[in-house]
Amino acid sequence: MDFDLTREQEMIRKEVRKFAQSEIAPVAAELDEKEKFSVELTKKMGEIGLFGMFVSGEYQGQDLNYLSYIVAVEEIARVDGSQAATIAAGNSLGIGPIYYFGTAKQKKKYLPKLCSGQGLWGFGLTEPTAGSDAGGSKTTAIEDGNQWVINGSKIFITNASCELSMGVTVQAVTGTRLDGKPEYSCFLVEHGTPGFKATSMHRKMMWRASDTAGLYFDDVRVPKDNILGIKGDGFRQMLATLDGGRLSIAAMGLGGSQGAYETALAYAKKRIQFGQPISKFQAVAFKLADSALEIECARNLLYKACWLKDQNRPFEKEAAMAKLYCSELMGRVANHAVQIHGGYGLMKEYNVERFYRDQKLLDIGEGTSEVQRIVISRYIGC
Amino acid sequence: MEIIVLLKQVPATESLIRIDDDGASIKTDDIKWVVNPYDEFAVEEALRIKEAHGGSVTIVSVGPEKASEAIRTALAMGADKGVLITDPGVSDFDSLIVSRILAGALKEIPFDLIIAGHRSVDKDNSQVGPATAELLNIPHISMVIKQDITDSKIRCHKTVEGGTVVLEMSLPALITTQRGLNEPRYASLPGIMKAKKKPIDVKTIMDSGFDGDPIGESMVKTIVMKPPRERKDGIMIKGDSNLAKAAELVRILHEEAKVL
Repeated sequence: MDFDLTREQEMIRKEVRKFAQSEIAPVAAELDEKEKFSVELTKKMGEIGLFGMFVSGEYQGQDLNYLSYIVAVEEIARVDGSQAATIAAGNSLGIGPIYYFGTAKQKKKYLPKLCSGQGLWGFGLTEPTAGSDAGGSKTTAIEDGNQWVINGSKIFITNASCELSMGVTVQAVTGTRLDGKPEYSCFLVEHGTPGFKATSMHRKMMWRASDTAGLYFDDVRVPKDNILGIKGDGFRQMLATLDGGRLSIAAMGLGGSQGAYETALAYAKKRIQFGQPISKFQAVAFKLADSALEIECARNLLYKACWLKDQNRPFEKEAAMAKLYCSELMGRVANHAVQIHGGYGLMKEYNVERFYRDQKLLDIGEGTSEVQRIVISRYIGC
Repeated sequence: MEIIVLLKQVPATESLIRIDDDGASIKTDDIKWVVNPYDEFAVEEALRIKEAHGGSVTIVSVGPEKASEAIRTALAMGADKGVLITDPGVSDFDSLIVSRILAGALKEIPFDLIIAGHRSVDKDNSQVGPATAELLNIPHISMVIKQDITDSKIRCHKTVEGGTVVLEMSLPALITTQRGLNEPRYASLPGIMKAKKKPIDVKTIMDSGFDGDPIGESMVKTIVMKPPRERKDGIMIKGDSNLAKAAELVRILHEEAKVL
């Protein structure tokens, strides 16, 4: 067994950490407070190579393995959930489906710009009435001559309505399968296509500096070639995308846990009550010890899942486990961090309240914790 | 344009520095090591000159084996190759010995321009750049905040008390960097992967072109290191009005601090 990251992965961690601390940390609280997506920061993240991390050089990707990508997301999330969301969604949901399922022509057309961070792409799956029940989505696409006509709406779509957004991949019902269930296919829809509208969703509790959109399709006509892969492959494409996406959500949970834990530890060593640092009181020290223990477990689980994926071995069960564990872990660690900060922990000046809020999405997005438990229970034969 | 950057690996400025049991060195176990920040300006400036004029950038460092990490970071930023000159006793070398080693090595590497940080943030001697230039018998300008190269001449701006002085010299030459020269880039992720294939030539001092034998004793020896005295808490002066506070301040300065 070898638990060491490669020299290059260690360098990626070091450089991304430096970037996150110098470029993101100073503005994270303000962007969160103002609920503002930063084009400037997104482009900077693109410049250092945070988009298209697992995409080959042929499409101007960074040609890294999955573990390297996950380490980078972890380091961004250690400082700010919103920017990590832009990166994780940009790579796993925006770039991923086009890269894995698109035609050479589609990849050439979109990937170079998406891999540079000069453009973003959304992944339209969730609908107002179809969340965990992704099979119940109602958006349709009907063939009409050389075009597809799309009707319906999507909700909670990351990176789909800011000024860098170029378009979305949208999953739609394209017929009925032999077994009577709906048949799904995915389509690439560019911004500016008549009938397609994306509106920013505001007043969020968390990820306030990331872009979240509602999508509306009203007789949207796209060329026949805009289908992603083949007709009827949409459900499989969606499941495969979510398997990889779970690793990046897990990385956000792990990084967020690490950030909250470090902040709490530093505070506990500095804060004096009853004549000594509060880190000397067992009540506080045990919270920190538990956090350190669980973070170690979480990192080993997540990295193992990434290692399996990088070895081209089945990783789906471990990805669901890592997503579930890392997400819920951040809830426990952020809760400890706020508690250790006492009254100050409730104030915005002390970042931990942002971690506390940002965590909640991780229990819900890309498959709720409940859905992860369903996935795991099926893999173990229940 | 062949550009050499002299680079040193130093403890990160946020590291907690503790003095070792010998009283004359620091404990290195939990220290994070980074590229000397002034040398980062040097790498960045070298890359910009290369981008404008073509050529290559070679990183040269005298240090322990782990200093290759710092060279690797510069290669990830975009430098082309590295040379590490290493020796078991390297941490005890004074600035003059380091300069002699560098000058020896640079006699064997062709260059038009050498860029170095004006000081390293660990020992703060500001010696290696100028001393190396002297030993190589080339001109140097220190603490440069802006430079311009035309027709084998380099024109440099440096801050002096109350203003800026502009100096010019012929290449080959050496400059040292000052804060304000540029904003160093981050090593990009693809840059890190590219650096994997770039060569770092690791040499012993005797292989490096050094002509002194033996190296000789350092002329400067560290006898003892002491941490700075801990600062006492400040005093908040209380009073109902500014006038009352000023009166209290004067009283403290007079009666307690006894400076008035």
